[in-house]
Amino acid sequence: MRLTVLHKTHYTYDAPVPYGLQQIRLRPKSRPGQVVEDWQIDVAGGQVEVSFEDEHANSVDLVSFASGQKEIEITCSGTVEVEDKSGVVGPQGGYVPLWLFRRSTSLTKPGDRIKGLIADAPSDGGDLDRLHALSAHVLSAVPYSTDQSASDLTAEAVMEAGHGVCQDHAHVFITAARALGFPARYVSGYLMMNDRVDQDASHAWAEAYVDGLGWVGFDISNGISPDARYVRVATGLDYRDAAPISGLRYGNAAEDMSVTLQVQQQ
Amino acid sequence: MLGKTAGGLFWMFRYLERAENTARMIDAGLRISLTRSSAAESEWTSILSSTGARAAYEATHGAPDGPKVIDFLLRDPNNPGSIMAGIESARMNARVVRTALTREVWEAVNECYMVLKRLLAQPIEDRDLPRVLQIIRQRSAFVRGALHGTMVRNDIYNFARIGTFYERADNTARIIDQKYYILLPSVKLVGSPSDNVQWDTILRATSTTRAYQTLHEGDVDPRAIARFLILDGRLPRSLAFCYGKIGDNLGYLEQEYGMRHTCQSLADALCAKFRSHDMNAIFDYGLHEFISDFLRDSAALGRQIEIDYRFIE
Amino acid sequence: MAADQKYFDEMFGHGTAARAPYVDYCNWFKDEDTARLLSKSEEAEALFRLIGVTFNVYGDPDATERLIPFDLVPRIIAAREWAKVAKGIEQRVRALNAFLHDIYHRQEIVRAGRLPAEMIARNDAFLPEMIGVSPPGDIYTHIVGTDLVRTGDNEFFVLEDNARTPSGVSYMLENRETMLHMFPELFSKIKVQSVSQYPRALRKSLAACAPDACDGRPTIAVLTPGIHNSAYYEHAFLADQMSAELVEGHDLRVVDGRVAMRTTRGYKPIDVLYRRVDDEYLDPLNFNPDSVLGVPGIMDVYRAGGITIANAPGTGIADDKAIYSYMPDIVEFYTGEKAILKNVPTHRCSDPDALKYVLDNLAELVVKEVHGSGGYGMLVGPAASKKEIEAFRAKLEASPGNYIAQPTLALSTVPILTDAGLAPRHVDLRPFVLVSPDRIDITPGGLTRVALTEGSLVVNSSQGGGTKDTWVLEE
Repeated sequence: MRLTVLHKTHYTYDAPVPYGLQQIRLRPKSRPGQVVEDWQIDVAGGQVEVSFEDEHANSVDLVSFASGQKEIEITCSGTVEVEDKSGVVGPQGGYVPLWLFRRSTSLTKPGDRIKGLIADAPSDGGDLDRLHALSAHVLSAVPYSTDQSASDLTAEAVMEAGHGVCQDHAHVFITAARALGFPARYVSGYLMMNDRVDQDASHAWAEAYVDGLGWVGFDISNGISPDARYVRVATGLDYRDAAPISGLRYGNAAEDMSVTLQVQQQ
Repeated sequence: MLGKTAGGLFWMFRYLERAENTARMIDAGLRISLTRSSAAESEWTSILSSTGARAAYEATHGAPDGPKVIDFLLRDPNNPGSIMAGIESARMNARVVRTALTREVWEAVNECYMVLKRLLAQPIEDRDLPRVLQIIRQRSAFVRGALHGTMVRNDIYNFARIGTFYERADNTARIIDQKYYILLPSVKLVGSPSDNVQWDTILRATSTTRAYQTLHEGDVDPRAIARFLILDGRLPRSLAFCYGKIGDNLGYLEQEYGMRHTCQSLADALCAKFRSHDMNAIFDYGLHEFISDFLRDSAALGRQIEIDYRFIE
Repeated sequence: MAADQKYFDEMFGHGTAARAPYVDYCNWFKDEDTARLLSKSEEAEALFRLIGVTFNVYGDPDATERLIPFDLVPRIIAAREWAKVAKGIEQRVRALNAFLHDIYHRQEIVRAGRLPAEMIARNDAFLPEMIGVSPPGDIYTHIVGTDLVRTGDNEFFVLEDNARTPSGVSYMLENRETMLHMFPELFSKIKVQSVSQYPRALRKSLAACAPDACDGRPTIAVLTPGIHNSAYYEHAFLADQMSAELVEGHDLRVVDGRVAMRTTRGYKPIDVLYRRVDDEYLDPLNFNPDSVLGVPGIMDVYRAGGITIANAPGTGIADDKAIYSYMPDIVEFYTGEKAILKNVPTHRCSDPDALKYVLDNLAELVVKEVHGSGGYGMLVGPAASKKEIEAFRAKLEASPGNYIAQPTLALSTVPILTDAGLAPRHVDLRPFVLVSPDRIDITPGGLTRVALTEGSLVVNSSQGGGTKDTWVLEE
């Protein structure tokens, strides 16, 4: 499937920002099952300072704000050809040892609630079956709801809230999968929802490592493994590692953000 | 050079100069309380005002009382403008800019700090005060001497000098501002001129008694004092002298950096005032207004220097 | 002075006659008047205070600037003794850099089964952000301080590898300057290898690691946490001696793809940053977001090849005390040779058998925190009271993985000057090593730290230790 993406993130501030930086992970890469035909990032109100590949082989751009700016807009656009591989991403590449994906992070520390979730997760079948069952189990414990109080909840806090969005589902799944001994990671990317052109936000799902298959994706929120409608952009141990945009700025200006995202089939 | 370093040098020398000026003012106040005890309280009040410490003093100590004021100005930890606090700040800035200083300058500042820290650990008794004030002036002079004798004449030196003259002119102006009414031409008609203790204070507070007498053959005249402190380019504490130097030092920076900045225009405008005004014109405009304008413009210059040479961001 | 038979005294061995390297010094000393020397000692202290060779003690608000006591009896090492030590250090430092490269790339040593993966996985000093990063010249630890102790004529042990930000080199240099100033006649009689080239060598060594982005003569800067840091004097001293700028985080920002410092003429890019700020505080964008000491985005510029950071982030993994216990294997794995310098036998308390042994023998052992430094949080069994031992036992049982234990070494002594004349005190030695792509440079000698309290084995300056000038004799 050939997907075109137009993704604008627009920030406005109520006072000029004297200095600010944003680290953006918004460049999908070509890899088995995914060919990036063209992709570009434009920054209005700032400039790309450096670009590099991080430890998870994500393409990262460091963007600085133009001094005294009250608005900054990051526009990504491009075309990606995606093949349905039933969620199978394949072997671990690069230098990151698999054990790193068993590490818990501050967002994915298992607490009593996660332990409870694992205790009554289905435990029969092979690894793949167990992970699919875990995905469904997470969704039933934490139904989808956009009515969320914060954007940076820990897995444990999500369990406590009892509902969540794709990012929360991914965190709970990763935390539980690691506790079950599977290396697991967070994925940020795009999903073309069939019924609409304008998507609400970029998407997030999870991958777990299954011996023999390698990395396999699980879109917990939608109860499936990623198919040809999913563009994989960045991965990491949790949201913070793979966040599309994470920034830091000086001064006391309050920030307002709006996102427009279109994913369409060519 | 780092912008921070330039700022550190500027402030280091401002603090040193300020501490030295405060010592002079204590000296002047002491003199009055010894010779004219009836005038002492109001003189201490005006000294506290000149050093900007009046509100802080009154908040903790109430009415000005000689020994308390002296202790407050010398070493009171509640007074951020005390001589000890000034020397500590100067040394702290010296530590920040240590790589810009010669070993001699650093050691002179450090020793100044160590000596005063020991000396001012306890309240100073009256009989020791003249000696202590002398040591403060002397230690400050050592730093200046080390600066002159060992530092390369480059941007480092220029920022140090600009800080010195900027602070000195500010101090002189504040002293005049506190006393402007006794320098007005009309005063001579009412008072008995040769006996005006306040004129004496002004000259003592700026350490210019002797220079004044030499240049004016002993004739104490408020108008002449005002001209002397504002316009006389021969006096190293006059506004005209200090601003002449600031103009020069900014000019050297322009040569070294090949860049002219806004602050130079501000400094030039101030210098022009001292060149073009004769004393009559200043009195016609109003001495108080003239000094107020000066303090406002000099504050603007200070801010502009900070921006132009990137002391902070 | 009669030597204590229990310990090897570097001046007198186990006897009463001066050992060879000390003969000339002792001949000079016997004609000296102790009172004169003691007054010299005061002179030295006044000089240190004036220059401002001070350090700050953490958690002690009253003593913001303290002097490290300086003892004016030098520690003397013969050229031949030194040559062997230097060779051992060089081998070790090569291995450390190879190890660091490997750990952040393929981890061959783990694949080969020579180092358990948990040693890395459970280590906070391992920085995932460094995975796959190859700094210029593949040098990770540019500046190393290898702490050594001596127990006998030919017995040197490595106590610790300081691979992140070893400090103390300014004391080594100032101690020598002070000795030259006070005893010029000694240096004309005894030929001592010079140490004063260190700042130049440091500059050269850093410049040799400039990134590709550098055009022309590399711009070097020293990053300090500021004047309140315990080692600020050293930061200023090194910057001054190298003619480099001494910068703080707020002087720097990312400008046009480089890390640049704010000068009176605008922003100027830095090629090599000798940072004396810990990893955690280095970059609030990538690490601790609350840090005000660092430079937001410096890790991004670093990973894009726009700046060299010395030492590289993540080098702490190599000087961890648990990794230390594997150093003999690490040296052998990367150099193909047996380690020249010995490790102190180390019990890893994470291992249940080792833990049992340690708990049974606490009174004889030195127990250290795996990530500790500065002599804090350690137990010196033979010097501890029963109560202290029991308190420590509880801590150890609660989190055994945080501790390692070592036998109490019979640390050598060197005499110090006391009111009663010479008296032996325990010492260690921190030599300073510079690593550049084409050479490893070890300054002859290093910093000798001395426990000033009689019988004490703790030499840390924060715990009442002092320093001595260290002489390596010419051949």
